[in-house]
This record gives sequence, structure tokens and C-alpha cells, in this order.
Amino acid sequence: MSSARELVARRELLWNLTLRELRGRYKRSLLGWGWSLLNPIAFMLIYTFAFSILLEADPGPGDPSGLKSYALFLMCGLLPWSFFNISVSTAMGGIVANGALVRKVAFPREHLIVSTVLAGLFTLAIELSVLSVALAFAGNVVLTWIPVILAVMVLLAVFSTGLALALAAGNVYFRDLSYLWSIVVQGWFFATPIVYHQSLATDRLADHAVLLRVYNNLPLTVVVRMFRNLMYDLRMPRLLDFAVLSGYALVALMIGWWIFHRVEGRFAEEL
Amino acid sequence: MTTQATTSDPAVRVDHLSKRFRLFHERNQSLKQSLLNWRRSSHDDFWALRDVTFDVHRGETFGIIGHNGSGKSTLLKCLTKILEPDEGSVSVTGSVSALLELGAGFHPELSGRENVFLNAAILGVPRRQIVERFDDIVDFSGLAQFIDTPVKNYSSGMFVRLGFAVAINVDPDVLIIDEVLAVGDAEFQAKCGDKIAEFRERGKTIVLVTHSMGDVVRICQRAAWLDHGSIRELGAPNDIADAYLATSHGGRSVHLQDGLRWGTGEVQIDDVEVLGGDLEPVEFARTGDPLAFRVHLSARQAVVGPELVLSLHDIDGRLLSEVSTRAREMHIDQVAGTRTVTLEVDQFPLSEGTYELSAAVRDESGQRELDVRSRMLRFDVLKGKLADGGIVTLPARWTL
Repeated sequence: MSSARELVARRELLWNLTLRELRGRYKRSLLGWGWSLLNPIAFMLIYTFAFSILLEADPGPGDPSGLKSYALFLMCGLLPWSFFNISVSTAMGGIVANGALVRKVAFPREHLIVSTVLAGLFTLAIELSVLSVALAFAGNVVLTWIPVILAVMVLLAVFSTGLALALAAGNVYFRDLSYLWSIVVQGWFFATPIVYHQSLATDRLADHAVLLRVYNNLPLTVVVRMFRNLMYDLRMPRLLDFAVLSGYALVALMIGWWIFHRVEGRFAEEL
Repeated sequence: MTTQATTSDPAVRVDHLSKRFRLFHERNQSLKQSLLNWRRSSHDDFWALRDVTFDVHRGETFGIIGHNGSGKSTLLKCLTKILEPDEGSVSVTGSVSALLELGAGFHPELSGRENVFLNAAILGVPRRQIVERFDDIVDFSGLAQFIDTPVKNYSSGMFVRLGFAVAINVDPDVLIIDEVLAVGDAEFQAKCGDKIAEFRERGKTIVLVTHSMGDVVRICQRAAWLDHGSIRELGAPNDIADAYLATSHGGRSVHLQDGLRWGTGEVQIDDVEVLGGDLEPVEFARTGDPLAFRVHLSARQAVVGPELVLSLHDIDGRLLSEVSTRAREMHIDQVAGTRTVTLEVDQFPLSEGTYELSAAVRDESGQRELDVRSRMLRFDVLKGKLADGGIVTLPARWTL
């Protein structure tokens, strides 16, 4: 049960699991779907207060859009990051959390991972739509860039899926992997230019060519830069960024898929 | 019944299947531990299945029996591809549905309706097929008025009924049934039985794991006896059931510890013995042979005119017979000190299987319960010289 063909053949299961993820997420909560928007808005207020007002971070105007708003600048990077963070963290626990199901029913296990990422992607689409409306009020009309934005979203989702497959497989064997991962994510958040402009880091790394190159090409740095280009600056991201992100996505997926299917057969007895 | 000669294309083929589990002495389940004691996690191998080989023909109903821990569940999980064999192979032709864990994968927050679709998708049923059968599924489960309620509000019985309804309506080529079938009330059980019978009639293949020898003999065409992970015997259900019962818990009656007991205690039921025709204790009963139950009663102070009731249940808890002294116009004058009362059966009518005996003593009016011991004794019945098919052997003769 380990081919991409099966993923397609059992797409109804994928769809149903995604629906389960989406429906289950906000059922029986006071605001229901409102939470999916309230959460980013709360973070926007907190980070804007902390970094823009207290620390006086100034990302500068969008080029060529000329837009000047820390909150909007922040959200262009924070939303893709949150998708990545939440999807990978949730999906990596997916096999363990669905232990009862995995032990009792045979079905392609990678669907548990992919469906979580798909559900996250759906949420991201809604969040980005709301952000686009806010951007339009501020004068940035991103409408024409939507096809490119969708492409970057897909690449990010593929990268997240690959990483989540590998981590989910590892988490079956080592339950503390998720704690370790949450620490990694903490560091990764600040290593990615989300709350600050990337020039802040690149200026300081100017004398260290290797470090600078690494920093500039970290997967999420590339992703955030592309989203900023598309939504805040209103211009086409560098082609190189497309190439690098595609490479990351492909490699992550291949490695993740390979690891996952090497150990998948033993999930039922390891849980 | 003879099995068809379709050995060329069995529905299920199990070929030298072995499955090993690792029993870890000290499991490194964290990265930290693993790094600290690298490669020092020691384990023993435990072979849950060892070199198991059998075929199930298309359209056949195949029974698997065995004690707890004999590897039955592991075998079923290998058949359903939940577990991967370590050696050998399992191949199943056609679609499979397993009634192993009913309602596994139900999401508690989702409604019954949403869960039907989710569960069906997990089992691999196309959506349009479920749309077509949705009404049947709901009808079968008998949960029409709760179908839009989140399943977390369901009782465990409702939960399982919905799970069963989905699984059985998948319409697989091969149906795998674990003994979890003892779910729901009698009416629902009857429905399940009908559905399974309908399956058989439509020529579908069934693999049934059960403790009930009655089911094996009644339903199955062939059976396998699994013992410590290997097949001990494979063949006609009657022979397998005989051989199994002859060794399982010694093939004799056992006094159960988990039965309930209540009553005032003025008269106490101390013991029940299973006796043969010569009123000597026997290891097990045989269909059609004489059998007797001797009940030992005791009372500190004399109790006048108590009523004794013996009842027989099958292993699924169905009441088969209830015999009281009063109904048979037998008057126990009194119990003072100890006293034995014996119920003699000329030709024991129940077919082979496992049965449970309960006993109760009531006062003269029949209103007050002095001592009630439910599920006091379990005993096996083997096939005797005189044995019809079905649950009972009638005290009957043919004439021309």
C-alpha cells in the first residue's frame, strides 16, 4: 500500500479525512470558524505591539507598491509560517493520535498526514483571502498575482508534507520527537524574516558569505520572501527562489515518502 | 457439506505465514533514551504465528477457533493487511471488509451521517455507493432519529450498531468476522445473523473467528484450530470442535468465579455437579445421552417448601431453558442442614457447544430470593451418538 497511485485511487478517503479535520477542528467551540481568523488577528496585534511599537521595527515601504504597514508586512510572512508550523506539528502526531484507527483498520496511512496538510492549506487560503481584502483597503490589489500565490502555496504544502511524513514516522518510534521539534520550530521562527525585514539579518551577515547564503536560502526564508514579494511589494519573486523552493519541496517529499514507507508496515504493532 | 473443487483460485490464501512480535525488556521509546543507551535495547522474539498455511475457497465459510492468545487476532490482522507478515504471504482475491473493530475511525464530534461517509471512505467504498445505500445503512442500524446527532452522544451499543451497519453494507467479496458480533440486543443480533446468512447464500466468502463451537458447527464448512500460533488441526467443523472441546479447559465443567450472587442466604446453593446417566460425575456432556445436575443446598435454620430453579444459557447469554421445581410439581418439603436435589435429563437435547448454568432458590411463595447464583457453572457438550443439526436434538423418532 505504498504508491502515489493509491493516494489518487483513494482520494475520497483523503477528502473525507480532510473534511473530518476541518469539521472537527472548530466544532463545539463558541466562535466556530471565527477562531481560524481570530488566532492570526491576535498574533498580529501582539507582534505589532511588541516589534513595531516597543522595538520600533521598520520594514520600510513595499517595493514597488510603496505600502507602509508593519501589520500587513507581518501577516504576509506570518500566515504562511503558521500554516507550515501548525500543519507539520499536527501531522507529525497524526499516526500516534489516530492510533486506534491505525491498529484496527487497513488504509493508506499517509492519508492521515496529507489530509492534515490539506486542511491547513484550506485554512491558509481563507486567511490569505482575508489578508488580500485588508491589503486592497491599504491600496495593494493582489488579484492579478493570485495564480502565482497559489503556486507558491502548493510548493510550500509539498515541502510541509515531506517533512511531516518523515517526522510522523519518527514520532511513532520516538515519542519525544515532538518536543524536540517544538524547540526547533521556536528557533526557526526567528531565523526566518517574519517579524523583521530580512535586510536586518543580511546586513549583519554581510561579512560571512557562507552564513549569508545559508540564511537567504533557508526554506521558510524563501517562502516568506516570495509571499512578501507577491502580496506586500507586488512584484514577481526571483526565479531563483522558485527553483530553490521547488528543489526543497521535491527533495523533502522524496525523502519523507521514502522514510514513511519504509516503516509504515510496522505502525500497527509499534503503537 | 463438501467444499467445491475451486482450489485453483482460493479467495484467501495464507502461505507459510509467520508473524513475530518483539517483546522489549526495556523499550527505548524516546530519542533521549535511544541516544543514551545506543543499541542496548534488548528484546525477545515472540512468534505469534508460525508457519500457518491454509486456503479458503471462494464462497466458503471458514471458521477459526483457538484459545485466547493462540494468534487468532494476529491472523485476522494479517488477513486484513493491518499487520505485515514477517515470513510467508497472505493474498486475498477481491475486496475485504472486516468486522473487527466496529466504529473504529468514528470522530466523536461528527454526526452519525458524517461518520457513515467517513467510515465508508476508510473502508474504501466509493461515495456514490454509500449514497445509494445510505438509507439501508440507517435502516439497518435503527438509528434514523439520531443520525444527525454527534456520535459522542451515542451509547456504546448505538456506536457499534452504526459501525456494523456500515461494515456489512460495504458488500465485500470476503467478509472477516471477529467474535465481537455479540453486540446489541437480541433483535439486532438476529438482524446480523440474517445478514450473514444472506452473505453466504450470495456465495460470498466468510472467515469467522469464534469461541462458540455452536457457530462453527452450524455455519462453517471447514474450520482450523489455531494453537500457539500454529494450525493444530484443519478439517470438518465437527471434528475440529470435538478435538478442541476435548482439550480446551479439559473438556469439563468449570465453576465460574465471575458470576453474580445475591439473595437473603436463608438457603444457600453450595455446589452444582454435572452427572452422567449412572449419577457419577462426568467430564462433559454428550448430546442425546442421559445427564443430571445435582444441586447441593444448605440452610442453618429449616426452611419449608423452597423452590429451586435451574437455567441454562448459551455462551452468548441467551436463555435456553429454565426448569423450576414448582412448574414440574415437585415439592421440596424442607431444607435443614444440607440437602441435595437432582434434575435428571433422559436425553440431553442441546447440541455441542459451551453452556452456562445458573441456579436460584426462592421461598415458598416464590417471591423472595434466598440465593441466586447466576452463571455458576460452565460446561461443554460434545457430539453424542444421537445428534441432529441445529441447536437442539428433539426427543423424536421417524415413522412410516
